Amino acid sequence: MQFKRTMFVATAALAAGSAAATADDLTLCWAAWDPANALVELSKDFEAQSGHTMSFEFVPWPNFADRMLNELNSGGELCDLMIGDSQWIGLGAEAGHYIQLNDFFDAEGISMEDFLPATVTGYAEWPKGTPNYWALPAYADVVGWTYRKDWFEKPELQAEFEETYGRKLEAPKTLDELKDIATFFQERTIDGKTVYGAAIYTERGSEGITMGVTNVLYNYGFDYGTPEDPYKLEGVVNSPEAAEGLEFYKELYDCCTPPGSSDWYMSEDIDAYKSGQVALQMNFAFIWPGVEADPNVGGGKSGYFANPEGPNGHFAQLGGQGISVVSYSDSQDAALEYIKWFAQPEIQQRWWDMGGASAMRAVVEAPDFATSQPFAQTFLDSMAIVKDFWAEPAYASLLLAMQDHVHSYVVAGEGTAQEALDNLVSDWTEIFEDEGKM
Amino acid sequence: MADSMIERAAMSTPPGTARRIRGLSDRTIAWIFVSPTIFLLLAVNIFPLIWTIRLSFTNFRANRPNAEVAWVGLRNYERILTDSDIWQTMQATAHFLFWTLFFQVLIGFTLAWLINRKFKGNDLWTTIIVLPMMLSPAVVGNFWTFLYQPQIGLFNYGIAFLTGADPTSFSMIGDVALAPWAIIIVDTWMWTPFVTLICLAGLRSIPDSIYEAAECDRASNWRQFWTITIPMTLPFLMLAVLFRGIENFKMFDLVVQLTGGGPGNTTTLTSIDLKREAFEKWRTGYSSAYAIILFVTVFGLASIYVKALNKVKER
Repeated sequence: MQFKRTMFVATAALAAGSAAATADDLTLCWAAWDPANALVELSKDFEAQSGHTMSFEFVPWPNFADRMLNELNSGGELCDLMIGDSQWIGLGAEAGHYIQLNDFFDAEGISMEDFLPATVTGYAEWPKGTPNYWALPAYADVVGWTYRKDWFEKPELQAEFEETYGRKLEAPKTLDELKDIATFFQERTIDGKTVYGAAIYTERGSEGITMGVTNVLYNYGFDYGTPEDPYKLEGVVNSPEAAEGLEFYKELYDCCTPPGSSDWYMSEDIDAYKSGQVALQMNFAFIWPGVEADPNVGGGKSGYFANPEGPNGHFAQLGGQGISVVSYSDSQDAALEYIKWFAQPEIQQRWWDMGGASAMRAVVEAPDFATSQPFAQTFLDSMAIVKDFWAEPAYASLLLAMQDHVHSYVVAGEGTAQEALDNLVSDWTEIFEDEGKM
Repeated sequence: MADSMIERAAMSTPPGTARRIRGLSDRTIAWIFVSPTIFLLLAVNIFPLIWTIRLSFTNFRANRPNAEVAWVGLRNYERILTDSDIWQTMQATAHFLFWTLFFQVLIGFTLAWLINRKFKGNDLWTTIIVLPMMLSPAVVGNFWTFLYQPQIGLFNYGIAFLTGADPTSFSMIGDVALAPWAIIIVDTWMWTPFVTLICLAGLRSIPDSIYEAAECDRASNWRQFWTITIPMTLPFLMLAVLFRGIENFKMFDLVVQLTGGGPGNTTTLTSIDLKREAFEKWRTGYSSAYAIILFVTVFGLASIYVKALNKVKER
């Protein structure tokens, strides 16, 4: 008996020892924003289950791409897991920064059919439209709109709006309606304070104005190539309809934004909205839980709507990210364990409950999902109409060219919309020629 | 005691080594001492420069280390020199450089001249004046974006107070016409004290006896200023212009923080453009050529300027 007990204790000690020996310290890299804090909380469950410890490297959005792409390009071992932007997937795959996950998914029974198709295409696949997976959809995000429901419900404003525009003051269905509303609120005095129409993306340095203007361009007819020729730019990127869309965005900027909003992105838009400066706010859906919780604009004072349709389409700019295993990591097995844990439906449900945005169909297609949060239905509506920017390995060059030309036209007022898009086609053509794709 | 230490050290040196060291010439010993520095200089400065020149003739991209690198000859240089956008950034840089130097020299010299006159609280004012340059450019950029904010910014309210204009009617960093001046104002605010200090050193180096002799010759204050003060502080002023010129040619942090290079490309200086090409677009070969062109420009201008400075000093 004594011998048996000794053997049991020894075996247990050995098992514990071996578990300790294989326990890794994983570092997960992502942007510094609210969902990242939720993920830290959520990951405590993984630490408890696996014995691995988690560290986090979060970088503010304006520096996120710079910092993390430098890390990947230099073969850095800082990050074991990377929640990288959707547009990085081409570079991550082709430059060998990420490991391909197909075999792992097959072995662990993780099916991409369990995730929203748009997020699989946007966050996981490279080349697009092929079943080659380099990430697990981690955070579903899309550009949508927030509006001051409490202002919209003021009877005197409703009456004046109806008299002016001949329709009710409510969430807009079209881009033209949106502009009318923004014009209506511009420089209006509400509760003794001058307010403005809309906070839109205009930021120059990283990706801001591109993430904003595409919400209008797509709906006017702009596209990235055609199904027959994915690199056909002439007449597609710079079509007269696309130029009209760009003119619309400039008009919206000129008529209806707060003074000094020439370099605004996510955080500036949030600040303007929460401080009661604007009636409408363009922003990614990740901010919605924060809006609901805000003492000034939350608790029913705000409403949400999907990006309104335009004359030639109805789309919204995809945001969000997939989670990948970095090929330079020394702890790839533990990193894969994390992905396996994260892909469980109950974890995904908790992810949504904690303020994350799950892309798992079991979560977002659950019967009570649409009523689970005031913005849940808008989130679903928006995710159904997403379109994403280029995810090519040269995406950074493509993005910077667009930032340059669009900002020069919309904010600086240089040239015409048609010239801006023609110049964009010229730059993009040069980039694709350098890449050997044209 | 000392003798015994030397003796002990001598005894501890192996006879062969001692013989070898004794056999070295002064020149060889000098080379031994200098070689670590030369090696460091070669490794840190010269080798990267040669490597950059080599890369500038290729299509290399640092984010694709495994991709095939092609020799493109002078194509990168040709593209840069014929690119109207790059000429626009050159113009923006020249505009920024000229006006910042102009204002900094003008205001810096004036302040130094005032401080140089003995008055009560002289030291306190000197300390207050140099405060801006002690701050980090990132901090300065950040708080000036608030000062320039049309709705809450003190700068706009100040202008509104002076002119009667609506403070929200103009945006210093969002307007194409105003943004280049917005960055000039901030750089001038931050770096004028540097010019002041150098000018002050120049003014204080002028012996009082020269002014006393001028007084004896009944030279007016105006004449003393133009024939004594200005010529004798000119080498200091030129040095300040050289330092500030080189610094502002590579200006990056302050402008990125203030305007991000916008609106459009209005305040995109060459250093910002180069950084985008090199570390955002990852066109390493192209940006190497860009860097070489900038290097040659600065090096050429600085050499001409230093020659002029030496001539002034010789006078």
